[in-house]
Amino acid sequence: MAMAWIWSGMVVISLLFGLFTGNLDAVSAAALEGAGAAVELGVSMAGVLCLWSGVMEVMNASGLSAGLARAFRPLLRRLLPNASRDPETLAAVSANVSANLLGLGNAATPLGIQAARRMAAGCHGTASDELCALVVLNTASIQLIPATVGSLRAAMGSAAPFDILPAVWLTSVLSVTAGLAAARLLSLLDRRRP
Amino acid sequence: MSLSSLVIPLLLALVAAYGLGRRVDVYAALTRGAAEGLSVLLRVVPALVGLLTAVSMLRASGAMEYLSALCAPALDLLGIPPETAPLMLVRPVSGSGALAVGSELMAAHGPDSHIGRVAAVMLGSTETTFYTVAVYFGAAGIHKTRHTIPAALTADLTGFIASALAVRLFFGTG
Repeated sequence: MAMAWIWSGMVVISLLFGLFTGNLDAVSAAALEGAGAAVELGVSMAGVLCLWSGVMEVMNASGLSAGLARAFRPLLRRLLPNASRDPETLAAVSANVSANLLGLGNAATPLGIQAARRMAAGCHGTASDELCALVVLNTASIQLIPATVGSLRAAMGSAAPFDILPAVWLTSVLSVTAGLAAARLLSLLDRRRP
Repeated sequence: MSLSSLVIPLLLALVAAYGLGRRVDVYAALTRGAAEGLSVLLRVVPALVGLLTAVSMLRASGAMEYLSALCAPALDLLGIPPETAPLMLVRPVSGSGALAVGSELMAAHGPDSHIGRVAAVMLGSTETTFYTVAVYFGAAGIHKTRHTIPAALTADLTGFIASALAVRLFFGTG
């Protein structure tokens, strides 16, 4: 329902602003142009997006995701020490992280949920510190090749759509680190409270 | 010919050769992934029709500029281009909404402009936070999320500030 309110709000605000600023002709034209632009955008993004989704699937089938999952295990053992004692949870979490890295969102979510369910057993509806960390890890995006943004830039006529990769990697690492640090700090503050 | 022109052909060739070496049917995997990409797009386009309509209307009505101007003092302080304010507001709530705002920003300022690049890095380095939290905790039966949302929003905010910083670092301010 949240989107229903947001969308309606955007349309109503546009109407009011258009009336107020006298831009109503432009607003009316923009509504029709926007709808057309959406389909055009979808078509012009399709090629690059499908190509990279295909490349990611080749990497996945070649065992790269399994390799990445193995490489991340030591780090995840330190981040989620309790959950990692259960080998199946650790396997699900590391597969979740490697699927996220390859941008396989459809594969990452069920794996992450499987891990979250196992970690939530015995929590009685209250998130544990490690469960919070797992969710923060998934709300922060870490992707080797952000295919959607790359194909968006290609559709918009960028000269080198993927030249933003180093900037995306740096930003992702900083954002994940800040999120996990904030989670740890907030849980410490939480515990100080009587 | 520049060195960066080598990256994409080389990556494609390496992935193909590595896959063949591991006895993977590379071509079948490629088309399987491409089909998956198409189905993702098929889900996104209907949402884009709604959202790009609304975003275009907001831009034409002058509300978008008003919002950017309103946020400008705080964003200037953080080194973030104020034009990206609508993107940052939508990003944690709706993935397709963020895509619509991002494409609108790129159409207005150019994909290779400073604003266009910052918008792209923001899109590529953050996630739909509230949706993800709802999906994970909903599936795990958690009602008390404790510090998850503040921590996740800290990650988003850091991502937004770092996007502007990283684009300045790698591309200058031009």
